[in-house]
Amino acid sequence: MAFLRNKLRPFSAARVGPAGYIVLASCLSFGQTTNSCLDCHSALPDPLGVSQEKFSQDIHAQKGLTCISCHGGDPTSDDPDKAMSRKAGWKGKIERKQIPQLCGTCHSDPAYLRQFNPSLRTDQLGQYWNSVHGKRLAVGDTKVAVCTDCHSIHDLRAPSDPRSTVNPVNVANTCARCHSDADYMKGYSIPTNQFAKYSTSVHHEALAVRGDLSAPTCTTCHGNHGAAPPGIDKVQNVCSNCHAFQAQMYEKSSHKKAFEAASLPGCVVCHSNHGIRHPTDAMLGTGPDAVCMRCHTPGDRCDQARAGLQSSLSRLDEAIKSADQVLGVAESSGMEVSEARLGQDQARDSLTKARVAIHSFRTDLVGQDVQAGLKIAAKNLQAGEKAMVERNYRRVGLGMSLIAIGMVLVGLRLYIKKIESPNKQ
Amino acid sequence: MSLLRNVRNWLDQRLGWDDLIAPLRKKTVPLHRLSYWYFLGGITLFLFVIQVLTGILLLLYYRPGANEAFESVQYIMTQVQFGWLIRSIHSWSANLMIFTAFAHMFTVLFLKAYRKPRELTWVSGVILLFLVMGFGFSGYLLPWNTLAFFATKVGSEITGQVPVVGKPMMIFLRGGEEVTGATLTRFFGFHVAVLPGLATVLLLLHLLLVQRLGISVPPKLEVQWTANPSAKREMKFFPNFLLRELMAWYVALGVLGALAALFPWNLGVKADPFVSAPAGIKPEWYFLFMFQTLKLIPPKVWFIDGEVLGVLVFGLVGLLWLLLPFFESDHPSSTKRWITGVAVFALAYMAGMSVYGLLAK
Repeated sequence: MAFLRNKLRPFSAARVGPAGYIVLASCLSFGQTTNSCLDCHSALPDPLGVSQEKFSQDIHAQKGLTCISCHGGDPTSDDPDKAMSRKAGWKGKIERKQIPQLCGTCHSDPAYLRQFNPSLRTDQLGQYWNSVHGKRLAVGDTKVAVCTDCHSIHDLRAPSDPRSTVNPVNVANTCARCHSDADYMKGYSIPTNQFAKYSTSVHHEALAVRGDLSAPTCTTCHGNHGAAPPGIDKVQNVCSNCHAFQAQMYEKSSHKKAFEAASLPGCVVCHSNHGIRHPTDAMLGTGPDAVCMRCHTPGDRCDQARAGLQSSLSRLDEAIKSADQVLGVAESSGMEVSEARLGQDQARDSLTKARVAIHSFRTDLVGQDVQAGLKIAAKNLQAGEKAMVERNYRRVGLGMSLIAIGMVLVGLRLYIKKIESPNKQ
Repeated sequence: MSLLRNVRNWLDQRLGWDDLIAPLRKKTVPLHRLSYWYFLGGITLFLFVIQVLTGILLLLYYRPGANEAFESVQYIMTQVQFGWLIRSIHSWSANLMIFTAFAHMFTVLFLKAYRKPRELTWVSGVILLFLVMGFGFSGYLLPWNTLAFFATKVGSEITGQVPVVGKPMMIFLRGGEEVTGATLTRFFGFHVAVLPGLATVLLLLHLLLVQRLGISVPPKLEVQWTANPSAKREMKFFPNFLLRELMAWYVALGVLGALAALFPWNLGVKADPFVSAPAGIKPEWYFLFMFQTLKLIPPKVWFIDGEVLGVLVFGLVGLLWLLLPFFESDHPSSTKRWITGVAVFALAYMAGMSVYGLLAK
């Protein structure tokens, strides 16, 4: 059999076995086919098996590409020797180190891609060779990720497809297939707990639980084709893509210079990286969640400023909660307090702004937002208390009206009795 | 007292006042153990008057229009002196009126008061009930809040299911293909002009018929009283029954005041046609039995669309309900028991489906 002489031989001989020969032989017994590759490979077991159903899901197949687009050969021939002949351009199984270049043949060609999707980027290959993955592949490390490891193979879907391995919701799991495998990552001297930490983070909660597709996943911070860890001095540039106001505040703060001088990675110092929890005011405290006191000395000038910041945030938080409580009671009593309720949103906005202003580490800036919020919360509390006074006034009015109605009823009853008494009649 | 007598004499000379009120003086109310049910019609009338008075007061501030309606009702509830009381009484009274109107209809049905010669009183009463439901449907949209907006959308969509005339009717009701500000102004017109006009004419006819034909006696009692006239017991309408009715009105006023003060009618959130409908949207309680029935009908029954079938069946039942007295025997001793059976079934069905609709998600 001629096909045993090609590159497929070591694989097929070992794994396909007699069943494979029978399948291939039966393929040949049929008449002329238009895609002899799938005719045979759909009947073969993994890793050579590619079913028609699986391949039809592939974005390339949907755009009209076929097996030969990547593997070459002659799919119109039923003769395996001809179909998989080097003369017909057959390449066989693509070597891992060749994969980026092969994909790049089309994906780096804007003129070619424009006919399918003019907005598709064409810089992936260049980015890849600058990524940690690409650099290591270039020096012969074939364990690193290549295109097909992340994008899948033969059933490759568009990233917007929720079933795609590179859909935002699935990216972390895709990266974790290698990066959480301690055995596989042995020898790379990087941790393998990133996914476990990320799974507990506020970002994961936003993306996977709340379905917010704008929430960050691995590639948001590390890049996708150009994947690399952000340098210590570049961390805030990464975070600032989303947390712009915090970054602006931090940029002008005294902490930036101090962190840079100590080669500390900006945002990560207080918030960590993969396992970022929802920030709370307790981070400014002195308890187990406190972050300031990891570096500062109790009683120093900064500690006093920290205490002031925490206390002003707590004061506004408490004021908002008190107003909420009174407005809640008024509302459940049927009082119309929707305007004050709307005002509470403004007070909450002020609290959020004050929390953002913490990144300036300036008590005066935080104080401005806190004062604005306190003023709004006080006004809303007053509206709630006024509504409660009005509620009580209505109830007193109701009581007096019911007494008056009761007296009229008694009077009417007595009058009826009088006019219907036998003496009267 | 002489002034009063003088006014009366003056009216009598010009209008024949004594002759005008003579029928009232002669009018009597049958006395038996079920006489209390006679109050229901009067209570419904009282609540209608409350509706008219509070409605006129609300008109002083209400502004129809998608950009103003909600804000004007909010203004009434928060800024206008006693505006909250007027609006809450209007809303509570509307619901109580629909409840007492239904109760009045079922008592008439169970006491068989619709029999000859009162067929037209029944017909005018049932049409009044339909009008009252129309008041409820049109008035519900006027505050232009989210619940009202989507309830109207669903309700008018059901109208659109009626074969042939459904779609034009829906477009007429909505003032276009969708529920918009045009629907609001249209419903406002129905609520404050068309329906009150029709209701007033029918109400006067209904009262005239009640006055003309007198108050019905249950068939069994009528047979007994005809056989033994000395057993007949009556009460003068004026002033004896009217004073008792007045007591019932005062009780109703107390209940209304208590409901308005303790549970002021909710304003809700301003309607936004561009947001999706809130989950589990339901119509007002008096439409719930029909809504739940339509939900339970399969999408296709044989070859007919389930919803169309439901709307057609309800239309047919409504028509038969209107003509119910014409299926009854003329003689009190041989009344049709199946009609009472149908009434019991209808009451149980409406109550059961309403509770089911209320509890269903």
